[in-house]
Amino acid sequence: MDGKLIVSSSPHISSTVKTKNIMLDVIIAMIPALIASVFYFGPRALALVCVTVAACVISEYISRKVMKREQTIGDLSAVVTGMLLAFNYPATLPFWIAAIGGVVAIVMVKQMFGGLGHNFANPAITARIILMTSFALRMTTWIAPFAWRGAVDATATATPLALISAGNTAELPTYMQMFLGDRAGCLGETCILALLIGGIYLVAKKVISPIIPVCYIATVFVFSAVLGQDPVMQILSGGLFLGAIFMATDYVTSPITNKGKVIYAIGCGIITVMIRQFGSLPEGVSFSILLMNILTPHIENLTTPKTFGVGKEASK
Amino acid sequence: MAKNSNGLLCKLGIVKSPGAAVPHRKNTKDCATVDMPVPAQVTLVMQQHIGAPCTPTVKVGDEVFVGTIVGDSTAPFSAPIHSSVSGKVKKIDSILMQNGSKAQAVIIESDGQQTVDPAIKPPVINSDEDLIKAAHDSGLVGLGGAGFPTHIKISPKPEVKATIDYLLINAAECEPYLTPDVREILEDSENIVEGMKMVAKLLDVKNAVIGIEDNKPEAIKLMTERLAQVKIDGINFKVETLPSRYPQGAEKVLIDQCTGRQVPPGKLPSDVGCVVMNVTSIAVLANYVATGMPLTTKRLTVDGSAISEPKNVRVPIGTPIKDIVEFCGGYKGTPFKIISGGPMMGQAMVSDEFPILKQNNGILIFDKQDAEVAEPSACIRCGRCVNACPMNLMPTKLEAYTNIGNTDELQKLNIMNCMECGCCSFVCPANRKLVQSIRLGKGLVRNASN
Repeated sequence: MDGKLIVSSSPHISSTVKTKNIMLDVIIAMIPALIASVFYFGPRALALVCVTVAACVISEYISRKVMKREQTIGDLSAVVTGMLLAFNYPATLPFWIAAIGGVVAIVMVKQMFGGLGHNFANPAITARIILMTSFALRMTTWIAPFAWRGAVDATATATPLALISAGNTAELPTYMQMFLGDRAGCLGETCILALLIGGIYLVAKKVISPIIPVCYIATVFVFSAVLGQDPVMQILSGGLFLGAIFMATDYVTSPITNKGKVIYAIGCGIITVMIRQFGSLPEGVSFSILLMNILTPHIENLTTPKTFGVGKEASK
Repeated sequence: MAKNSNGLLCKLGIVKSPGAAVPHRKNTKDCATVDMPVPAQVTLVMQQHIGAPCTPTVKVGDEVFVGTIVGDSTAPFSAPIHSSVSGKVKKIDSILMQNGSKAQAVIIESDGQQTVDPAIKPPVINSDEDLIKAAHDSGLVGLGGAGFPTHIKISPKPEVKATIDYLLINAAECEPYLTPDVREILEDSENIVEGMKMVAKLLDVKNAVIGIEDNKPEAIKLMTERLAQVKIDGINFKVETLPSRYPQGAEKVLIDQCTGRQVPPGKLPSDVGCVVMNVTSIAVLANYVATGMPLTTKRLTVDGSAISEPKNVRVPIGTPIKDIVEFCGGYKGTPFKIISGGPMMGQAMVSDEFPILKQNNGILIFDKQDAEVAEPSACIRCGRCVNACPMNLMPTKLEAYTNIGNTDELQKLNIMNCMECGCCSFVCPANRKLVQSIRLGKGLVRNASN
């Protein structure tokens, strides 16, 4: 035998699931919602997604370069952030604002805290909130579905939650319209069917646990019903499915323990309903997830699992 | 680890599913064991067990036979070492062990005759003490890898013995590639049954259970048939089918699976009424009682991407790895990694000159692609390590606290309960060296408490 042997500590084999595959699965899971957004809001939806993704990837590249750290754009996490952020835009948003959102998400929220794995809040959600407070009118200028084909009047319209907030329930779409996404709203949030397909894909591929989406949506359902709202309309409205399936489940900013996930998701649900019911904003998904992101380390510390052999009686 | 660790709730990711779905790669499970030709020389290391090392009982130039004692110790926590060949003692030397420590070794030049020591005859067993002495004299240690002297294991203090109601035989063989234990069952089931009967009676247990993973149906079938014929009043003999999910063969996991009892941190199997023995160990004991032949050979799986002919071979203890490789057709291409044991917990060797020890059960040779160690990237907090940990620990946090040297937090998070099975590192999508860091962290805690 000539040549030297590699001597490393065990284990000597590893799973084939790597960070990049996981991110790729998330991207695949978002494709049905992307198709739905183009279907309802036109090619401009696709253009917005592309601009945001490009802004995210380029700003990740430049910030890593400036900070003299190893390049990480290959892990595809910036693409995921870009797509998610764009899903939170109205179809009418100017491209330059879309790009600013990408830069804010990656540079301010992600890279300044150390990059992937170190950000305490979800970059897409935080960027969305920053844009909402900076460009309130432009971030809430909605158009009706199919307006791009000239089928309906292309003037601004209201989202279902805004209608409910205004007490104008007569103009609400039907449940089926809501489920299929035929209503005004952000690009990726309207088609519940597409989001569900993506969610089922992620659970089947074991990328996410269903705990957070199920507990989050169930909490909103129950709590809205308790407060006398139409619970079905409440869960189909706004960005709940998008938030519950794709944003609240962000690994970095949600608890890693199963018990912690339940607490976190119920917290998200309660805050969402509170904002919708009592807040001045019609929608509360982003803020609720952001608030629970901040509580994640504490939830995790409170739910540290008991180690093997402790608490279980050595019964004979 | 709950029995339903492959259940629907686990599959859906709602309930923790401990362990890891490692690839099986049991390529050699149908390869009947072949005897290796006698090597030109063997190196018998004087430390082949946990406990006090042996001192050589022979001098250079002495003539030895197969089964002659060449190393022994007066310490109770030890096991004698026997020559695996007949020939002459060539050298008594100190050699560098894989873990960096030094140990004495008796190097014997073989005459190729394999003459058995004339003193070898079956021991007379009239009492429990005789059987325990036989276990000692056979040189038997835990052959699953730990090397715990068997005579200690089967002679608990009377007050402990009174509480022991389970004898568990570990035939899970959850490590990928390795197949010596399944071959043991298929080729030597009579000795296994005899050994189980002997030790079950000795320990006066109510249950004697052999645990086998469900990826070895032929072994399960054979043992079920064999044990069905055993009729001893008051002892229930049975086979426990385990899911093929690593690490079923870890002692604490096996006990939980077979009895539903969990060994508390820092405690021993006997604290929950169990004695666990490796399947090959029990067969060797029965063979010694029948023939008087001590432990001088070992069955090994030789496999991996850089070996020409994967095989199960029976080799004299002390045979250098390179002789075994040669017997298996030599290297296929350039070897980049040699592992003693399985790929999950085995040790990477620095050279192929090392001799086989009693507790070795496999030699894996990896090519460049298999040997390469992937660069770690940032933890994405996916929780796969937390889900996989059979000891219910949080590997990612243990790694972080090890990196900053915070031993207080490490202790709060029960780092010492880690059994280093490697599931966390295996499942980590960011290639983080989790169990490797935890080993370091355990060292920090040990130092801090000294």
